[in-house]
Amino acid sequence: MRGPRVAVLGAGIVGAACARELARAGLPVTVLERGGPAAATTAHGEGNVLVSDKGPGPELALARLSLALWPRILDEIAERRPETARAVEWDPKGGIVVAATDEGARELERFAAGQRAAGVTAEPLDASGLADAEPHLTRDVAAAVHYPQDAQVQPAAAAAALLADALDAGAELRTRCEVLGPVTRSGRLAAVRTSQGTVEADAFVNAAGPWSGGLAARLGAPVDVRPRRGEVLVTAPLPPTVFHKVYDADYVGAVGSDAEDLRASAVVEATRAGTVLIGSSRRRVGFDDRLRPEVLSVIAAKALRLFPCLDGVPVMRAYGGFRPYVPDHLPIIGPDPRLPGLWHATGHEGAGIGLAPGTARLLADLLLGRTPPLDPAPFRADRPAALGDPSPTGGAA
Amino acid sequence: MSADARRHVVVVGAGPAGLAAASAALRAGARVTLLDAAERPGGQYHRTPPEEFAAAHPERLHRGWRTFDRVRRHVLTHPRCAWWPESAVWALERPDPGEERPPRVHVVRGPADGAGRRRHVLDPDALVLAPGAHDRVLPFPGWDLPGVYTAGAAQALAKGERLVVGDQVVIAGSGPFLLPVAESLLEAGSRVVEVLEANPAGTVLRGWGRRPWELASYTGKLAELAEYAALLARHRVPYRCGRAVVEARGDGRVEEVVTARLRPDWSVVPGSERTVPVDAVCVSHGFTPQLELPVAAGCALRRPDPASPAEAFVEVDGDQRTTSPGVYAAGEITGIAGAPAARTEGLIAGWAAGGGAPDAPELVPLRRRRDRDRAFAERLAAAHPVGAAWHGWLRPDTVVCRCEGTAYGALRRAAGEPAGSSARAVKLTTRAGLGPCQARVCGPTVARLLAAGGTPEAAAAEGLPSATPHHRPLAQPVRLGELARRPHTEQEREH
Repeated sequence: MRGPRVAVLGAGIVGAACARELARAGLPVTVLERGGPAAATTAHGEGNVLVSDKGPGPELALARLSLALWPRILDEIAERRPETARAVEWDPKGGIVVAATDEGARELERFAAGQRAAGVTAEPLDASGLADAEPHLTRDVAAAVHYPQDAQVQPAAAAAALLADALDAGAELRTRCEVLGPVTRSGRLAAVRTSQGTVEADAFVNAAGPWSGGLAARLGAPVDVRPRRGEVLVTAPLPPTVFHKVYDADYVGAVGSDAEDLRASAVVEATRAGTVLIGSSRRRVGFDDRLRPEVLSVIAAKALRLFPCLDGVPVMRAYGGFRPYVPDHLPIIGPDPRLPGLWHATGHEGAGIGLAPGTARLLADLLLGRTPPLDPAPFRADRPAALGDPSPTGGAA
Repeated sequence: MSADARRHVVVVGAGPAGLAAASAALRAGARVTLLDAAERPGGQYHRTPPEEFAAAHPERLHRGWRTFDRVRRHVLTHPRCAWWPESAVWALERPDPGEERPPRVHVVRGPADGAGRRRHVLDPDALVLAPGAHDRVLPFPGWDLPGVYTAGAAQALAKGERLVVGDQVVIAGSGPFLLPVAESLLEAGSRVVEVLEANPAGTVLRGWGRRPWELASYTGKLAELAEYAALLARHRVPYRCGRAVVEARGDGRVEEVVTARLRPDWSVVPGSERTVPVDAVCVSHGFTPQLELPVAAGCALRRPDPASPAEAFVEVDGDQRTTSPGVYAAGEITGIAGAPAARTEGLIAGWAAGGGAPDAPELVPLRRRRDRDRAFAERLAAAHPVGAAWHGWLRPDTVVCRCEGTAYGALRRAAGEPAGSSARAVKLTTRAGLGPCQARVCGPTVARLLAAGGTPEAAAAEGLPSATPHHRPLAQPVRLGELARRPHTEQEREH
């Protein structure tokens, strides 16, 4: 293998996708993971691969690129490892966004028109079309839009598949390996000190999700990635009841909001195991992982407004995770001009599963000097939002 | 002093430990709310038949019935005690760091299968956790056949419903609990073919005989054992050490079991297999403490055996105080030591939680008894360990997680894949532990299998949930509708 040696810091979905892209390009890759692969944010989400929640702009461009890449990557993996690819449970089930009020309906229709202009398939559904698509959904809906491109994966299996494909291509994985600090030579990041000794490389990719703000600060080039808490309810397995990813139009507003306090919207979808996942909340509470029953209560009430028939269904478990949040809601992808040798692939908030393949492609193209398929400038590491508020209370967690 | 100005103690669990805690907290002058998921107090130990059975002699099949009955009446009829049956604690909400108060207690009240359950929220001054333990059963081929019971379930059927599980029964596993189960079945009219203790006699005797000079203080326990031995002899039931049920077979239900001799590490001695015709088999490999509430309350756990990190108990001080402010623990969650020990711990915990004087003279003998019972628990653990090679009797198609049907082979394959080998990824991929029981049955088993295979656990990092299989932020299932509706708070209590 030739080319720059790359160390990927973090074995979540984004680290796994980057490792795969770089290893498949023939680079020597080492993945350093503090715990086990796909154990943190990746394993605590719903597995969204969405275009429906994104308005025209750089994130939508990255989402469309990723959406095109996902099935191709899974086909490639399936040739080598059919079982591994099957476990990813790729399901292009489509999304349905509903608005309850006339005002919400106007807003949704305007949003969908903008998406259509940017190349997204967004089909308005009338009452009978909606009843056919989701027979158990409330009839009390002012407007609904169908997004057939939305898909879902089992996120931990998806990360495992990408990582397995990277390992098959020669990448090396070190688990329980925590990055402790930098080794710089002539202003360049030349190595990292870890709990398992010093690891040298020519490029280090910060893919530590919500912990990447702290990691970047430790390496001497802080970026403003903060945790944003989310909770998901999981019901007991049910007979088929929910057929798409169904969510209320507030979701788009909640995703795009900057509020620290609770933003909740109903997101309801079934998994292959028959359980129904019900989200979602957004709170900026640092790494406070305490369960908040009132948050779960708000999520439950909003979900019941969409699917009143779920009233008597037992919720078996609840889990929470932390999304990597950047104040301008765009990921950070590319080199860090303040510290040559350091690269970032982080800050995807709740969209990391969906955006991982496009992120990895963009990063690899930049790293290898190839022309990327989309403009990398909006994601650059030295934009003001990524560098954070210089006041002492702001900045990375 | 008005009733509401008194210290309010919430006791979760009305088994031997919880009832004792409630009685001691009342004696200390506190107001008590005693909760249990069951309809009647008593827990697993004093499982009583429903009233409609109108049992004339419930004391049959129950040891320590008279004490239990007295404490039960005292607590349940006490004017300062609110008894909440059919009340499940589904969440504990920790206060902000630095706030020295116990977590908020979230309860659903009402029959578990009924539609009319309501949410309640309690903000106690002290919280006593006494949720007890449940049966632990290691899997073996055929353990999912009808006719295979946990020993606890078989005993519960005998004690609570007066039902016998079979006419021709083998009892197998490890631990002293096999004996009272044999007693219950014999008294309920079953024929017990044999009782099999998996540990060889050498291990059992070495564990029991540790520090023999201390054994004199356990005359009560030794007498109880002698009674069991006499009972087995009277019914001509052999008690065999170093033998286990390694397979159950049958067409649609268990018809025979294969037993085999085990080495001290529980590996099977080849050629020692025997086939025994049965119509039921009862299995017990000890107990798993119900740790989801202490974990949710933020209590530190202790792990007596570094080789099996999944086996944990709540860490408590001399007053049964946990590391979480205002939270006390009593009974099996601090160590499996049986009902008398649970009662003693409950008395100490309830007294302290109720604001009783720490130097009360009654505490001196209680603490001494508690320390002795704890030492006894350690003796039990040493006499009845789970051998490291137990999984040798599993086959690739042996189901490990019964809720999700996850087989041993699938678990091994997933754990052997480096790219997906974190415990959480293995669980999500194989679905082991994700079903309705939420890993209460298979959690410790899966953790043991993964640890034996070297699967890295989640690192202890800020924002990552603890790596224990007892992490269940939702301690009990709640219906979506129940969750969505506003809870009753204490101020708007009906009584």
